[in-house]
Amino acid sequence: MPAPVVPMLNYFAYLFDGGHWSLAGEGIPDRLLQHIAYTLVTLAISAVIALPVGLFIGHTNRGAFLAINIGNAGRSLPTFGLLSLMVVLVGIGTLPVIVALVVLAVPPILASTYAGLRSVDRSAVDAAIGMGMRPIQVLFRAEVPMALPLIVSGLRSALLQVCATATVAAYVGLGGLGRLLIDGLSTNDYPQVFAGAVLVAVLAVLLDLLSAAVERAVVSPGVRERSVRRTRWRRARPDPTNEDAPTSPVGISG
Amino acid sequence: MIAYIQGNQARILSDLGQHVWLSLLPVLVGVVLALPAGYLTVRYRWLYQPVVNLGGILYSVPSLALFVVIPAIIPVGTLSPLNIVVALSVYSFALLARTVADALISVQGETTWAAAAMGFRPLRQLFGVELPMALPVMMAGLRVATVSNISLVSVGAIIGVGGLGDLFTRGLQLSYLAPIIVGIVLSVLLAAVCDSGIVLVQRWLTPWTRAGAR
Amino acid sequence: MITFDAVTKAFPGGNVAVDNLSLELPTGQITVFVGPSGCGKTTSLRMINRTIEPTSGTISIDGEDVTSQDAALLRRRIGYVIQHAGLFPHRTVADNIATVPLLNGVNKAQAREQARELLTRVGLDESLASRYPAQLSGGQQQRVGVARALAADPPVMLMDEPFSAVDPIVRDGLQREFLRLQSELGKTIAFVTHDIDEAIKLGDRVAIFREGGHLAQVGSPQDLLDDPADEFVADFVGRDRGFRALSFITAEKLEVEQVSAYVDRARGASLVLDDTGRPTGWSVDGQEVLRALPGTFTTRDALRLVTDLAITSPAGAAVRVDEAGVADGVVAHEAIARHLTALRRETER
Ligand SMILES: Nc1ncnc2c1ncn2[C@@H]1O[C@H](COP(=O)(O)OP(=O)(O)O)[C@@H](O)[C@H]1O
Ligand SMILES: [Mg+2]
Repeated sequence: MPAPVVPMLNYFAYLFDGGHWSLAGEGIPDRLLQHIAYTLVTLAISAVIALPVGLFIGHTNRGAFLAINIGNAGRSLPTFGLLSLMVVLVGIGTLPVIVALVVLAVPPILASTYAGLRSVDRSAVDAAIGMGMRPIQVLFRAEVPMALPLIVSGLRSALLQVCATATVAAYVGLGGLGRLLIDGLSTNDYPQVFAGAVLVAVLAVLLDLLSAAVERAVVSPGVRERSVRRTRWRRARPDPTNEDAPTSPVGISG
Repeated sequence: MIAYIQGNQARILSDLGQHVWLSLLPVLVGVVLALPAGYLTVRYRWLYQPVVNLGGILYSVPSLALFVVIPAIIPVGTLSPLNIVVALSVYSFALLARTVADALISVQGETTWAAAAMGFRPLRQLFGVELPMALPVMMAGLRVATVSNISLVSVGAIIGVGGLGDLFTRGLQLSYLAPIIVGIVLSVLLAAVCDSGIVLVQRWLTPWTRAGAR
Repeated sequence: MITFDAVTKAFPGGNVAVDNLSLELPTGQITVFVGPSGCGKTTSLRMINRTIEPTSGTISIDGEDVTSQDAALLRRRIGYVIQHAGLFPHRTVADNIATVPLLNGVNKAQAREQARELLTRVGLDESLASRYPAQLSGGQQQRVGVARALAADPPVMLMDEPFSAVDPIVRDGLQREFLRLQSELGKTIAFVTHDIDEAIKLGDRVAIFREGGHLAQVGSPQDLLDDPADEFVADFVGRDRGFRALSFITAEKLEVEQVSAYVDRARGASLVLDDTGRPTGWSVDGQEVLRALPGTFTTRDALRLVTDLAITSPAGAAVRVDEAGVADGVVAHEAIARHLTALRRETER
């Protein structure tokens, strides 16, 4: 079926209509703020759950099996399926959706935190202990800073995952930019669908760039991949020949 | 549950069939495009950063948004399965192009120098030495792309083409758990089967990676 | 002084890594633990700073049992250097060196200032202070590792194969620098290596370990070479131990021939000097093109060097020089052999 010939201008009709940008009521600004709020709150809850668990497993290497499998299982869970399951089980509402989003965001953070700690140079940890750091100092002054590139990459892929799945969640009643998209689809208002898609894409890209800036600020240049690529390229990534290791903690976001 | 499966066998199977090709065809497209693209970025290093940056941007666009803007960019109907295929191909390409480039860069070094010194011509060296050595890393990327695609296809159900996602929208409309659970289980199983399949192929292709393992 | 008293370490699973070890490491000296891989050297070393706890027996430093002290505080008073340096990749060189002072609560500015001084002390340029470890060569990293261990000025240092991962030329430089530092600092050092040459070169005392965590012999390097306790030690110090023993005899009493008189007729070689009397090379068979000297020696050098020079010289003879580098004698390898025979007669008598 060939696409209907729509003049370019029409695609942007909704987006560039000043009325939709009104700060009052449910305009674009309101949806945008909702979307950002859902995303950040979910990410924060997920990090609070996943980081301590990942740090514990990575530091003690107890339960490694768990971390690896949660990471792999998390990637293969169909996001839309999980949302549907949650809604049918608990009912329509913000809370069940947020729970589903958290369930999707925990695995990448957990798996990459674990992988990050395991990738840390053992001789540096050995030196840290030998120089008289206490266990908690070893963790936070040596292991975590060295693992930070992977930990942050897990957080960043969780961020994208949540932002994307929050869009899908409009289908089961969540607010946010996904509303424009879903409501537009149900009323056959393509300019509105297009506006929702463009806005959510721009938001996701901006969030990703922002998180990249945060990454630059918190990760030491000494362990940042690009600055040391020439000397340590191989060590910087998980060993692909080791099948027990997670293939890559970062997946397509959704 | 059993009753649901028995009563809807045909529909479940056709959803599954659609799911398979909607998720795997894009991987194939991604591989076919990413191999030359990855090679070019290694050959002409100045291409590397732009390709990685573009890939990163495409990658961060949410799937639902990509599904619905494709008709505005290329002439396909808003309900065409091609939307899904094109969108997932974009993701697969973005992921794999970078993986191929990184994998090829990582194997450059003494072995490739040795190969060049022994008189391999560039193309022969690429296919005979560099690609095989880069295979483990590339296969790891392939696994991620495949599994991610399989879990993403069902989002397409929102625009009417989503393989097993069809079971989710049905379950939502009927407020009925059985189709949703069937859909989730089949989707996860499909991902596991494909993932294991790639691992097996990789073992068969790269017997040397196990030679040193205990 | 560090004292091992009947120390045994059995790992879970029954693997006895160290078996009833009793040993003293004298204050201000370098004691080297040497032996084949897996014989318990690292385990012994790490029991000193309690990164491994012994199964039985006690280890004390200056009479105080290490287990009576808080482990972290104990470790901050003991310098620790390991094979791949184990530098923190996320910290600059200066902050790596400042690690222990910072743990001890020294303020940052002061600790960094001190780190710069330590850099020069271990023979590195101060400009490296703001680099990250990945931007240094292996040898430089190892020097930073030593500087980091010295930062809190600990009386005791533990060094586990610190120079094993660098190439031989760099290693030689590191070893020399290390001995120079030690002559200034006089630390009590436990040094682990699997390389008997390194042990002989660096150790004031050498403890040879054998498989199963047994101490095979302990003594000065000369003792071990002259008088190996058993077959294992004799084998470990090597068949060429006689040659190694020449490292401990200087060329002081070696008789030399006058330079002007030295013309080797058999080889047709004669020594060529420049205007100031320094040797420039050998002329062989009357050729104009000079053959290079492999080196020269002074009366303070060891016979091992002299022998080596004679063997590798195109004329079969080594050239002795005085403080100014002026050639003051020549000795052929036949003469060295006669000297050694005389020495042996002397010791046998
Ligand atoms: N953490 C450990 N658990 C079990 N066995 C160990 C452990 N560390 C070392 N060993 C064993 O103890 C023995 C001595 O090891 P080590 O002290 O490292 O030897 P060396 O430093 O002389 O090479 C070896 O057989 C080694 O396998
Ligand atoms: Mg050892």
